[in-house]
Parts: sequence; structure tokens; C-alpha cells
Amino acid sequence: MERSRRRFLKILGISTLGIGTISSVDLLAMVGKGEEPAYTPEPDALVGKRWALVVDVKKLDEETTQKAIEACNRAHNIPHFEDEEEIKWIWTDEYEHVFPGQEATYLPEEIEKKPFLLLCNHCANPPCVRVCPTQATWQRADGIVMMDQHRCIGCRYCMAGCPFGARSFNWKDAMNTYWKEHEPPNPTYPVRGKGVVEKCTLCAERLAEGKIPACVEAVQDSKAIVFGDLEDPNSEVRQLLREHFAIRRKPELGTSPNVYYIV
Amino acid sequence: MLETALKGSKKYWLLLLVLVVLHGIGASAFLYQLKKGLTVTGMSRDVSWGIYIAQFTFLVGVAASAVMVVLPYYLHNVKEFGKITILGEFLAVAAVSMCLMFILVDLGKPMRMLNVILHPTPNSVLFWDMIVLNGYLFLNIVIGWVVLSAERKEIPPPKWIKPFIYVSIPWAVSIHTVTAFLYAGLPGRHFWLTAIMAARFLASAFAAGPALLILLCLIVRKVSKFDPGKEAIQKVSKIVLYAMIVSIFFVVLELFTAFYSQIPWHMQGFVYNFVGLHGKSNLVPWSWAFAIMAVIATLMLLVPAIRHNEKTLAVACALVFISLWIEKGVTLVITGFIPNPFETITQYVPTVPELAITVGVWATGFLVLTILYKVAVSVKEEIGA
Repeated sequence: MERSRRRFLKILGISTLGIGTISSVDLLAMVGKGEEPAYTPEPDALVGKRWALVVDVKKLDEETTQKAIEACNRAHNIPHFEDEEEIKWIWTDEYEHVFPGQEATYLPEEIEKKPFLLLCNHCANPPCVRVCPTQATWQRADGIVMMDQHRCIGCRYCMAGCPFGARSFNWKDAMNTYWKEHEPPNPTYPVRGKGVVEKCTLCAERLAEGKIPACVEAVQDSKAIVFGDLEDPNSEVRQLLREHFAIRRKPELGTSPNVYYIV
Repeated sequence: MLETALKGSKKYWLLLLVLVVLHGIGASAFLYQLKKGLTVTGMSRDVSWGIYIAQFTFLVGVAASAVMVVLPYYLHNVKEFGKITILGEFLAVAAVSMCLMFILVDLGKPMRMLNVILHPTPNSVLFWDMIVLNGYLFLNIVIGWVVLSAERKEIPPPKWIKPFIYVSIPWAVSIHTVTAFLYAGLPGRHFWLTAIMAARFLASAFAAGPALLILLCLIVRKVSKFDPGKEAIQKVSKIVLYAMIVSIFFVVLELFTAFYSQIPWHMQGFVYNFVGLHGKSNLVPWSWAFAIMAVIATLMLLVPAIRHNEKTLAVACALVFISLWIEKGVTLVITGFIPNPFETITQYVPTVPELAITVGVWATGFLVLTILYKVAVSVKEEIGA
């Protein structure tokens, strides 16, 4: 009895030391190397190497922005909580809040009051992915920063990590509050539970079917938001960026946003 | 040994009863939160961590501070600390337990908690925090229990425990370093983005934790026949003093960098704390309470006569503990979210259920502490230490 106890403790001690000596460098190297999932996309799916959006602010007005926001809300059954617990994937704000630190003291009035569309930047170097302890948020090979609401433990570390305020938390149960009184517009979108984080996924589910993101489609006529592959030199987004001066939000933080604004 | 916790005075049982009742109130509030969601708290889209994570952060420091008695005793043979290392270790056990409970009550989906182990993610600091905190809990339970058992039999502790003790020393530093890294590595959270965050955390921990330990030693002496020793308390009080001076120095460093450089986002957090920003000033009274109490406590500890008198020492230690609790357990975490990424301000005020859960976790921690201290003190009384 005494002997086996001692032996057990010895083994325990050795295994503790073993865990301690796995070099963290190796462990760090293990991440990000993740192999591509073994699946083939649907034949008509949109495939790209680095998806991006170019927002042409000159073409944005109250009406276009509302159209884009409404399309997103309908596609993802986003509840309208009008308080500090709101859930939003795409929304508007003024220049000084979108580009803090880049405000000129005397802005042209049309810029100062213009509604800027905000959404997840699908950063090339996303801090939210870096901090997530369960890989519930991760980056796809085509650059989309994804979110699995069914793996998320609701620690909200990603919300602290995101410098763009792009993430929302389900403080209350939208299904049993808001959608109890309203008809969910999209019956194919999965039910969201309370206690998990969510955000724009660049309509990954639509891309898989060969459709462009809902917000882009909603304002297609005005070309106020253009979707495309930054790695493709002939894409429309590259064309726009060649011809216009465009800025990104907080580039100094090194997250490398993939949403561009033509001002 | 645990049986010694089953025999006690009326006062002991009354204390346990009070703590159990508070635990019960907290537990019911937690069930309510589980049902309704975190909407029952004062947190919001903008201030997405609140008093739970702030308590967690503060208590990691209290846990880490056990090293301030363990290190001198085991590495430098400071004999006075021999009697109180067990009190430091058991305080660490109670504090880490509270840390883990505060993380648990903060999760939106606590039932999915084990996803952290099921999908281990080494690039997340939270993953490492889970490892170091659980490891530290394990180390302190094992070390404390084994050493105390040997003491009860009046034999030297077994040799195999030594490596655990030595490992526990840097491990204590690691728990607070990793906890600081939770904050210090986030782009866009300017108030937290400072290279001395871990150093600040450790300095304030080594003041707050030992200050609490002194208060606990004084209580233990009053309610039992075990005397932790005047010399030990005096030595710990010097540790509190130096750590407090270093803590204040670090805050001054932060203030200098922010206000001499005049870079807005370095200043904003401190401006919000001490005078208010854009007319929002919830934390101003708290911040001044911290600053004033911290300075008074330090000045008191600097005077040998005040330090040598255990009554005034107790007052100074209480001030140290409360002031640093305000700094880490109230202002530091919340201010990180102010202003938000859009340079606007959403303030945070905890709600009643949130406070009930918070009190419940503290009570549960003190329940663990009371029982462990009862065991330790009974053993010490038994052998006449």
C-alpha cells in the first residue's frame, strides 16, 4: 500500500515535470500550421485567397447604409436590442469615431457628418483569433475570420482583444426574447444561444453557395460596397484601390484590416 | 487531519454558518444568472468584463504572494517564517479557488468550460492562465498538506516534496505574470498596453497578499493558542512596506509616461480615473480613495514605531489591502474598456445579482480558508508550536 502510493506520487511528479518541459516555442509553432480541412468546395462556391471589402464612402447615404444593414440583419436574424447589450454585425458611425486619432480638426462637412459603415475588418493578423482559448474564432485560408457560436465558452476575451468593437455578446437569450415576438426572417440561419459571442462572418454561408455577401448584394446598384479578392490583381477591389486613395481603420495596430474606405 | 476541522468552538461554527449562508445567497444569484444570461450583470457590449474578472485579477495576486514567505524560508532559511509558511500556502489555496470560481461565473457558457482543454490553444494567454492557476492550486494543496502532516507527526517532511516546493516559487511569479499578459498584449486597449503591467501586478500583489497574511496572523493569535510570532509578523511588514513603495513608484512611472508624452490614449484612462472624461466620472471617488489610502499606508509603515505596534500595523495593513483591492479589483480592469474603440464612453456599474455572486464567491473562498486554517492551527496547537 505504502509502496504503491509512493510509486504513484513519483509517477505524478515525473509527469508534472514532463508537461513543464515541453517548450512553449514548439507549442507556438504547432498553431497556425493547421492543415487545410479535407473537403472540396461546392462547384459554384466563390473561392478567393484574401477576401476584402472596399467601401466607397462618397456613394454612401442614409438610404444605402440602411439597405446594407437591413440585408445583414435579415440574413442572420439579428435581433434589434436598442440598449448597451445590442448585437450588430454592420452599423454606421461618424468619421471621428471610426478613425479616432486620424481626425483633422477642420473636416469637410460632408465627411464629418457622413455615415460610415462599420463591420468586422477580417484582419490578416487578427488579435481576436490570437486570444481565443478554444479556437471558436479562427481564420480561414481565404482570410475570413470565422466564429463558431457553438464552441464559444463566452469568456469574451476576443471582445477585449478586438480594437474595432466588431464583436457582440449575447447577454440575453435573443430566441426567447426578441424572436418570440417577431418572425425570424431567415429560417435557415442557425439559432443563437445566450452567452456566446458573434460577429460578421462575411456571409461565409452565402459564399459557399456562390453568392456575394448580403450587404454587398443589397447595395449592388450603387457600388457603395465592393467585394473581391485582394490577391487577384484583376479583381474589382484591386482596380478600385489602384484608382482611389483608400484608408483603413487603425492600421498602426498591425492587425492589417481587409476593409478599405474610399473617402 | 481534516477531522480537526470538525471540532471547534461555537464562534468557529457561527463563522462557518455565516459563510455558508453568504455562499448560498451567491449560489442562488448564480442560478438566476445562468437562467437569464449575463444580462443580469452591469456589463455591456462596451465594458465586456466587470467586477468578476477584476476580483479574479486581484486574487491571483493574493495567491501569488504566498511566495513572499515560502521563498525566504526555503531558500534563505529565514527561520521566523517556518511557522507561517503553511498560513501563506493555505491562503494561496483559498485565493486560487476564488480565482477559478470568478472565471466560472463570468463565462457565458460555463457548461462548455472544458472546451479549453478539449481544444487546447497555446497562442491564447487564457489557456496558459488555466494551466498555471490549476498547477499552482495543486502545488499548494500538496505542499501544504504534506508538510503539515509531517509536522503533526513531528518528523521532517519527506524529501520528495522539496522539488515541488522549489517549483512553487517561480510558479507563483508565473501566475501573476500570465495574468498580466492577459491584459498587456491587447492592441487598442491603451490603458493596459504597458510593458510594466506584470511588474506592477507582482509589486502590488506582494504588498496586498502579505498585508492580508499579517491580519490573518493577528486573528489566528487572538482566537487560538497558536502564536505565529512577533518577529515573523515584523519581517512580513517590511515586505509589505517595500512592495508598497515599489507599487506606488510603478504607478508614478505610468503617470509620467502618459502625461509627459501627452499622447491622448496614454492619458485617457488616468484622466477618467482621477477627474473624469467627457463628463463621465464613476470611478473618480474610487481612484482617489486608492491613492490617498495607499500613501497613508506607506507613510504609516515607514515609521518604525507604527510598524512595531501591532494595533497600528493592523490599520496600515488594512489600508494597504483595501487600497490595492480598489486599484486591481475595481479600477484597473474596468478602465481598460474606457473609452471604447470608438472613443466614446459607456460606464459600468455592477448590479445587485452581480454583487451577490461576487460576495458569494468571496464567502466560499473564506469558507475554504477558515477550514484550512482551522486544520493548520489545530495541528500547531496539538504539537505546541
